[in-house]
Amino acid sequence: MAVCVAVIAKENYPLYIRSTPTENELKFHYMVHTSLDVVDEKISAMGKALVDQRELYLGLLYPTEDYKVYGYVTNSKVKFVMVVDSSNTALRDNEIRSMFRKLHNSYTDVMCNPFYNPGDRIQSRFVCLGRAFDNMVTSMMIPVC
Amino acid sequence: MEAAAAAAAGGGCGSGPPPLLLSEGEQQCYSELFARCAGAAGGGPGPGPPEAARVAPGTVTAAAGPVADLFRASQLPAETLHQITELCGAKRVGYFGPTQFYIALKLIAAAQSGLPVRIESIKCELPLPRFMMSKNDGEIRFGNPAELHGTKVQIPYLTTEKNSFKRMDDEDKQQETQSPTMSPLASPPSSPPHYQRVPLSHGYSKLRSSAEQMHPAPYEARQPLVQPEGSSSGGPGTKPLRHQTSLIRSFSVERELQDNSSYLDEPWRITEEQREYYVNQFRSLQPDPSSFISGSVAKNFFTKSKLSIPELSYIWELSDADCDGALTLSEFCAAFHLIVARKNGYPLPEGLPPTLQPEYLQAAFPKPKWDCQLFDSYSESLPANQQPRDLNRMEKTSVKDTADLPVSTQDVTGDDKQALKSTVNEALPKDVSEDPATKSGLLPPPPALPPRPCPSQIWAIMNSVAVNICIQVVEWSEQVSEAELLPQLSRAPSQAAESSPSKKDVLYSQPPSKPIRRKFRPENQATENQEPSTVASGPASAATVKPHPTVQKQSSKQKKAIQTAIRKNKEANAVLARLNSELQQQLKEVHQERIALENQLEQLRPVTVL
Repeated sequence: MAVCVAVIAKENYPLYIRSTPTENELKFHYMVHTSLDVVDEKISAMGKALVDQRELYLGLLYPTEDYKVYGYVTNSKVKFVMVVDSSNTALRDNEIRSMFRKLHNSYTDVMCNPFYNPGDRIQSRFVCLGRAFDNMVTSMMIPVC
Repeated sequence: MEAAAAAAAGGGCGSGPPPLLLSEGEQQCYSELFARCAGAAGGGPGPGPPEAARVAPGTVTAAAGPVADLFRASQLPAETLHQITELCGAKRVGYFGPTQFYIALKLIAAAQSGLPVRIESIKCELPLPRFMMSKNDGEIRFGNPAELHGTKVQIPYLTTEKNSFKRMDDEDKQQETQSPTMSPLASPPSSPPHYQRVPLSHGYSKLRSSAEQMHPAPYEARQPLVQPEGSSSGGPGTKPLRHQTSLIRSFSVERELQDNSSYLDEPWRITEEQREYYVNQFRSLQPDPSSFISGSVAKNFFTKSKLSIPELSYIWELSDADCDGALTLSEFCAAFHLIVARKNGYPLPEGLPPTLQPEYLQAAFPKPKWDCQLFDSYSESLPANQQPRDLNRMEKTSVKDTADLPVSTQDVTGDDKQALKSTVNEALPKDVSEDPATKSGLLPPPPALPPRPCPSQIWAIMNSVAVNICIQVVEWSEQVSEAELLPQLSRAPSQAAESSPSKKDVLYSQPPSKPIRRKFRPENQATENQEPSTVASGPASAATVKPHPTVQKQSSKQKKAIQTAIRKNKEANAVLARLNSELQQQLKEVHQERIALENQLEQLRPVTVL
């Protein structure tokens, strides 16, 4: 359902970006990058007192003509950004939340691997780290194509 | 030459070839072969050459067809075979009578041994001729196993199975009597290893080129295991096993650390020996087998296997089924197995194979009572083989894992002591020296890490061992120089006090100097366990309490043992020091990171307040 999924590190560099190959990927990269500002805005808007109560799911960051961008932040300031096709109206908020939850779980699994250094790219190109993560993302993106 | 005395064997030959002097074995062999060929001829000569029709009446002949097949099976060039046929006289008389056949066989043997094909050659002692037969039966039984080894008899797999079954059944029965509580799942895995040994000894390289690579897996690794296993199970007359063990050893020298494959299943099945090896390694990292190995410990351990980090991380992903960042015993075994497979060129699977799933592993190798487990898995490394196994069997009824390897003990206390002593064997860094140098890559490095948690374990174990021979140790106190061990052993009493059973408490009420001296005794036993007399005298003196003569005999031995122990401790110290420095560096880096993070936090904090 997602058209593009990205994992951004705390320092705002991408750990993982994947988009459906039919589209111009650069466009998605740009969208994700711009959405980071919105994410930061939302995080800072909570204020220090609400840090603990801040919800991880940020909701719709901003809509465009063709796409909607959703955000999610973990407690360690790792951001997940998901771009969804606007025409896909059947996609509800709860579903997006569950998708983010799955993303988060896969991400933690990747973290648990002692061979993964936090801050590394979650590579799944070769026989290496992040294969499960990648598979999970694929499962989220397959229906789009 | 042909004018020499006419052939006595067989009939119907005029100026026949010279008399053959056949040995018993040859006689038997040749007669059987002849019977086969003649029997085959009985079914009809088939498209045999017309000479067969010119058979003299009353002579048993072998039909040319089967004979030709047999000769071709000897793998000699056609020219040689022609020569042989001529020389043996079959061409002349037109058929293969017994004489001709025997001579031909002898010539074949000569040719295979590299001698020229001449009548003179057959006069000397020759090995039996070797044939590559597509037929089964006969050929296998001929010749001694050593020849078979070199023969590459391409007998169909089933046949070998049959033969191997005969031998293996004996072993299996013996081993199963020794392991009555072994779960049913475990026994199938144990029989494939036996399979693999026998075919290996028959040189089945052609049959299984790929599976072979996996073959003697940690036969290398298992050399210390195989040897005592072979000799210890050799008692009940498992000569084939011993023989195969020696063959296996010879093979293992050539091969690297390889995975053990089952002919029937994929190469991801873990055998008993491999399982034990993995369990031992697990223990070296984490003494409690039912708890976890943390991620960082496992990372360091597996990094030493020199696989690339991506591959290791992938293996971790596969094996850490619950994704908790720690490895249980089953997960660890699966990971280790995958690493071994990868090192031997096997591509990593897409998903965790079913035989490596933790549930499967736990079912196949159920977690035993760990006390007995300690005894069993370590007693196998005891080279002292003369201990009776009856007691072991009784002990082992409570043990499931590694149950096929007999626990060698003399008595219950001796069992305790020796098992723990062998634990020391395993735990000490001298594992590195024990493992043959041919074990590449994987084995020598890992033991370098284990000493980190080990020393404390070692001292605890040694003290517990010492409990059993306390009396003797007390007697030795005068002759042992304990100065160096004082600081090390100061730790020991505290740890032993934590982990020791009640009977040890008695000893610790004694002055602290005793534990120090006591340590030497287990050290002696750990390092000089080839001296069964020491072992034997240990419990004996404990029972009879005759200190002085024993002490005098063993003082010199003790000194040597002490020196060895000192050397080993120094090695351990060096390794630990290195480890320490590495860890210190890491700690510094982490500290710096933390400082940086805290700085950032401080900077950010005032912003968010607004």
